[in-house]
Amino acid sequence: MPETIEQHAAYDSKIEGNIIFTKADAAINWMRKNSLWPMPMGLACCAIELMGSASSRFDIARFGAEVMRFSPRQSDVMIVAGTVTYKMALAVKRVWDQMPEPKWCIAMGACASSGGMYRSYAVLQGIDHLIPVDVYISGCPPRPEAVLEGLMRLQDKISKEKSAVAHFQTGEAV
Amino acid sequence: MTRSEPYFAQPMTSILSILGDRFGAAVLDTVEFRGEQTLVVEQSKAKEIIKYCRDELGFDYLIDVSSLDHLGVEPRWEMVYELYALGNGAHHHLRIKYKLSEDSKAESVSDVWPTAGWHEREIYDMMGIEFTGLADHRRILMWEGYPYFPLRKDFPLAGRPSEMPDVAFTDRAPLEGGPFVTSPTSASTVHREPRSREMD
Repeated sequence: MPETIEQHAAYDSKIEGNIIFTKADAAINWMRKNSLWPMPMGLACCAIELMGSASSRFDIARFGAEVMRFSPRQSDVMIVAGTVTYKMALAVKRVWDQMPEPKWCIAMGACASSGGMYRSYAVLQGIDHLIPVDVYISGCPPRPEAVLEGLMRLQDKISKEKSAVAHFQTGEAV
Repeated sequence: MTRSEPYFAQPMTSILSILGDRFGAAVLDTVEFRGEQTLVVEQSKAKEIIKYCRDELGFDYLIDVSSLDHLGVEPRWEMVYELYALGNGAHHHLRIKYKLSEDSKAESVSDVWPTAGWHEREIYDMMGIEFTGLADHRRILMWEGYPYFPLRKDFPLAGRPSEMPDVAFTDRAPLEGGPFVTSPTSASTVHREPRSREMD
């Protein structure tokens, strides 16, 4: 075994024997919150700021959320970035339904949260009419810092989930 | 006048007189406002005039086609064509208008300018004016099956509920006392001022 791994700072394998004691929820939540793969639902100008968040200056990869694959099957969090028209609404719902559990949703910006300035016949008045939203980010569009703040709020929310406890108490899926 | 003459050298006034001489009674009115020329024509001759403008007078560019809704006035619809002559630095701008009633159809100019097809589809989608001779007569922004025409004046700003399973649905938007609509009137500004007016 190479020396660098043997002398890892976190634990001494000679003493601890490759075993870490923790709570199941703590381990699961730690893994989930630090690898939040987004499903970017870029529908308007918010998508530009989302791209800015992903790029080198703001670097969403620092929070483990840089993997924007445009595939709902490999996604954990849908970031609805932009104006959801009624014409697009059921397509967004369909992509959401294709995402595997556990999944979260961030409504980015005024339009996705509430319809924004579009009090109109053509615009869905907030994506929460169709899918459950975990974090709303204000702004029109929000700055990339706000997107990162929203992501960190979601991480805080995930770190408080009790999925393993619920599993052992009620038999629900972890 | 034929193509062999330098049509681009014609001043706008002689273009108008050429049209007046050739189409006579079909040209109902000519309006000049701050250098902008508008021709009000008969519905039946409109396409012929538009085609003549392109073929003989050098209006080689269709800027826009749009429509107006004069709700409560007969005829209800008005079509507006914005023509432009780019060729050889002419830079002439001509607006052609005609009115049509609610039960008649407009004649498509998409065979004169292919670009008119999308403009006419938008007019159909938003105002519900139908076109004869338009090959691709579908909605362009809303989905097929949406039951309303949202740019009509009797359509409320907040929208109306509709439902097409697996395609789309719509609902009324909350307007918090609105919509605040101005009324066109010759009365005082007190009457014209934007106020809460519910159309439905």
